[in-house]
Amino acid sequence: MTTAAPPSASLALEAEKPTAAAIAKRKLTSPWASLAAIVIAVLWTVPTFGLLVSSFRPERAIKTTGWWTFFTDPVVTMDNYKAVLDSQDGAGLGAFFVNSLVITIPSVIIPMSLACLAAYAFAWIRFPGRNILFLAIFALQIVPLQVTLIPLLTLYVDAGLANTFWTIWLSHSIFGLPLAIYLLHNFMKEIPAGLLEAARVDGAGHVSIFFRVLLPLMRPALAAFGIFQFLWVWNDLLVALTFAGGGDAVAPITVALANLSGTRDTAWHLLSAGAFVSIIVPVTIFVLLQRYFVRGLLAGSVKG
Amino acid sequence: MFDTADNTAEKFTQMFAAILLFAAVVGIILFIAGRFGGRRGDRIVAYSYLAPTLLMLLVGLVYPGIRTIYESFFDAAGDLFVGLDNYKTIFTDKDQLTVLTNTAVWVLLTPFVATAIGLLYAILVDKARMESFAKALIFMPMAISFVGASIIWKFVYAYRPDQANVKQIGLLNQIVVWLGGTPQTWLIDWPVNTLLLIVVMIWIQAGFAMTVLSAAIKAIPEDIIEAARLDGVGPWGMFRFVTLPAIRPAVVVVLTTIGIGTLKVFDIVRTMTGGQYDTSVIANEFYSQSFRSDNQGLGSALAVLLFVLVIPIVAYNIRHIRQSESL
Repeated sequence: MTTAAPPSASLALEAEKPTAAAIAKRKLTSPWASLAAIVIAVLWTVPTFGLLVSSFRPERAIKTTGWWTFFTDPVVTMDNYKAVLDSQDGAGLGAFFVNSLVITIPSVIIPMSLACLAAYAFAWIRFPGRNILFLAIFALQIVPLQVTLIPLLTLYVDAGLANTFWTIWLSHSIFGLPLAIYLLHNFMKEIPAGLLEAARVDGAGHVSIFFRVLLPLMRPALAAFGIFQFLWVWNDLLVALTFAGGGDAVAPITVALANLSGTRDTAWHLLSAGAFVSIIVPVTIFVLLQRYFVRGLLAGSVKG
Repeated sequence: MFDTADNTAEKFTQMFAAILLFAAVVGIILFIAGRFGGRRGDRIVAYSYLAPTLLMLLVGLVYPGIRTIYESFFDAAGDLFVGLDNYKTIFTDKDQLTVLTNTAVWVLLTPFVATAIGLLYAILVDKARMESFAKALIFMPMAISFVGASIIWKFVYAYRPDQANVKQIGLLNQIVVWLGGTPQTWLIDWPVNTLLLIVVMIWIQAGFAMTVLSAAIKAIPEDIIEAARLDGVGPWGMFRFVTLPAIRPAVVVVLTTIGIGTLKVFDIVRTMTGGQYDTSVIANEFYSQSFRSDNQGLGSALAVLLFVLVIPIVAYNIRHIRQSESL
């Protein structure tokens, strides 16, 4: 699946010729169509907006009046954010935020670099068993994580890795590999063989072909996988909960938030601020790299 | 470097050490590969490029998968062979039947409602002013974690006792009060609580449906539309006989993809109710049985059931992805 943006040359034409959807829309024309679109848009933004407003209101105000009263009686404070990040008498989310970063970065880089090697082998080298191995790895994408967790935990404990970042780095790398290989392989296949042939004639081996010819061309595919994997790992709860325990030594911010929601489910001043501390990173990435994000998301839709 | 780190600096040091270690592994493989040339060398290069990947997948996915299937035939502690007893429990125990019912409701509702809303919105904002901004609003929840989304909605459903001087802080209950009703404890009563949890999943997935379907709609060839228009096909007919058939493969992909995601939903249930009040689903029950109740056998059986349920949907999905690849 690809969501190629329409080439810019055809944009002018499209503006004049209506699409099928545009014609279908005319039935519900203007007032009703606009109203329906606005209702959906409002339903989809108000819940987030309400919690965002709350995160800046004083604790007492959040607990006694609805966030909509903010507009008649606006009082803004940063206390909730201070409280949720502070490790002394708050929720100490700062340490968990650091853990999320420490977990996520290697969990993106490791599978990406290993998958580059594997995808290159599958795309450009002939060797016995190539097709069957590729198919097998493709099929592994659908294995639900749940099936692997208990035996993996046992393996980690036996290897003495329990309660270290390694359990999570390795797990996410393993779970990310099939998708990364599939995505990068498909992209590498699209590169004209002539380009590689020319480099080979010039005496380049596999290593220099990979670095000098392929890698620069692969940037969009690497970005798509990188962003998908980053958001997947950053937003993950199941893997972290299974391997990291609940303490602030290893557990990421999603675990801290989920626990806070379970133990203090009326502490809305902490929950609201905490939720936005965790949301800010993926949403920033989303806003900056929307194009790649969509591509990665579409490609990875059957994962996990 | 394989210990537990104590402070921030140590954590980052450990992180860089891990990245360096993997960079070194890749470097060594490239170095070995660089020494070989010719046909036979090609094979050595290929297998050495694949070695780390195959090792990790065998140890981390294939072995654990087989091991879990094996464990699902043993008792809670994993010592005593019990045959199909764990599976029998899933299909006969009262609590487990609730889990199955809930999972069925989730999987039947979420994909269709999310896809319908996504498709409607894609059509409504197509060619509208500020189309990409309008789409970003609906798509944004995809970037938010399930945990974050759960907290956002838990606040919408928040309940405070129905007394004279107590005001509601949750939007849903406030709307009920404005309409003259009495506030409810939304997350306590089945089946309303499960339906309200499903709303969260629909809220997250509609953006995905909208994005894929919008791309499919824009890819419908101009001449087909033009021809239908010259034939005098009306707006509804245009949707029914032109748009819908053209985007059918994409619709199927979206439905099945959301279906698979819904089958494995865990974070929402755990964050919002912890699986209490009869809201548990298979993926959540797997976690509770495996790591809370220490019933490894039943947990494994639930994981295997999840796997078995995913397979037909994935098979169907892959067939349609092949068909829609040209989109």
